[in-house]
Amino acid sequence: MMKTDEKLIIKGKRIDGRKPEDVRKMKMEVGVIPNAEGSALVSFGKTTALASVYGPRPLHPRHLQESDTGLLRYKYDMATFSVDERKRPGPSRREIEISKVSREALEPALFLKKFPRTVVDVFVEILQADGSTRVTAINAASLALADAGVPMRDLVVGLSGGMLDGKIVIDLMGKEDNYCDADIPIAYLPSKKEITLLQMDGRLTPEETKKIVRDVLHASKKVYEKQVEALKKKYSE
Amino acid sequence: MEDDNNDEGKVREITIPGELIGSEKTFKGGYGTYTENGKVFSKFVGILRKKNDYVSVIPLSGVYIPQINDDVIGIVIDVQKFGWTVDINSPWEGFLSLSEGVDEYVDLKKVRMTKYFDLGDIIYTQVLSSRGSDVQLSMESPISRKLRGGTIVKITPNKVPRLIGKKGSMVNMIKDKTGTNIRIGQNGLVWVSGDDISKAVKAIKMVEEKSHVYGLTEEVAEFLG
Repeated sequence: MMKTDEKLIIKGKRIDGRKPEDVRKMKMEVGVIPNAEGSALVSFGKTTALASVYGPRPLHPRHLQESDTGLLRYKYDMATFSVDERKRPGPSRREIEISKVSREALEPALFLKKFPRTVVDVFVEILQADGSTRVTAINAASLALADAGVPMRDLVVGLSGGMLDGKIVIDLMGKEDNYCDADIPIAYLPSKKEITLLQMDGRLTPEETKKIVRDVLHASKKVYEKQVEALKKKYSE
Repeated sequence: MEDDNNDEGKVREITIPGELIGSEKTFKGGYGTYTENGKVFSKFVGILRKKNDYVSVIPLSGVYIPQINDDVIGIVIDVQKFGWTVDINSPWEGFLSLSEGVDEYVDLKKVRMTKYFDLGDIIYTQVLSSRGSDVQLSMESPISRKLRGGTIVKITPNKVPRLIGKKGSMVNMIKDKTGTNIRIGQNGLVWVSGDDISKAVKAIKMVEEKSHVYGLTEEVAEFLG
């Protein structure tokens, strides 16, 4: 981890004025792309992700088809303008990896058995990156899948946590992510109480890890409520 | 799909995927639900329906799932040796075999398949069978035919009953007032031809957008003038 002389927690408050356990201001909107079956725009503070879902639709080439189930394809992509220095377009090693783990985080939440030989495509574009992009992307994908009418076991909630100056913080922003001791992105099925994504970058004791996971799951209720609100809002007007 | 005529005035309860509907002991889960550990959950963002101890969820969005005897509109995307592959706006392509597509004896040595249906042709057809990913189509039904000219509009398949209206009231009104001919496929494809196509298309889009509004028929009538 990088080191900085700047204090990131001053008098119990973080650089953007949040308390350690606070989640940034969330914005969620469903059905933003008319051409897609389902879509969602999600932002946590400055981090913004746009997800679109197509399908289930016939899968080509045919040799990729599975005769007993449908498949999920997930593409996580950062826009060139999403970070301070221009990101080279095209999938990098990091994006390919995030696409894979995110797909595996969403798969347990879907019923694709009734759609043999088909594929559900999820494309998530990070429009602005300021930390915790993969969990923001998962939130957007979860809403877009629900909006598309793909049968689901549960919504998927993503949230990150970490250790900063010996304190547990929730929903890290870019700067905190760079200088923290460790960070853990988590994807969670709230009503099934199942964790589908858990990664860690940094060094923690087992006790610290457990505590962070517990705190993140506790804070994820707010994210879940926001997702439900966004879905219901589309049909309440 | 059943029509929503006994819901007038009631608040429609919207469910979310994974939402707990009740225990398996008190409820029997129907379409749009699943059971896990003795509890019934919703699978979709949809409207909750309860009839005695039977619960189901009608999804508010989603792709078209082919069902037997549905009249659908398809576009021929491939001409094969003994039939045609048809895009029916569903997760699977439909297959129209030669014997189901043509009523007469066809000598393939003399006649080319494209004489009957060619690439890009729009057909009003019926689902003969649907097993997993295998969807067979048929033109045997008297209302099945090739649709010439006109345009295709795509709407969400779940909103097809709304566009048809009670006993076809909505679509008949649009037909009369715009002087168009309209065919609606259960798969969400709508074929429009005739005089004022653009106005009819606007009316169809309006029905799709405002499908949950009560008194929509009057609103559309006002728009059509």
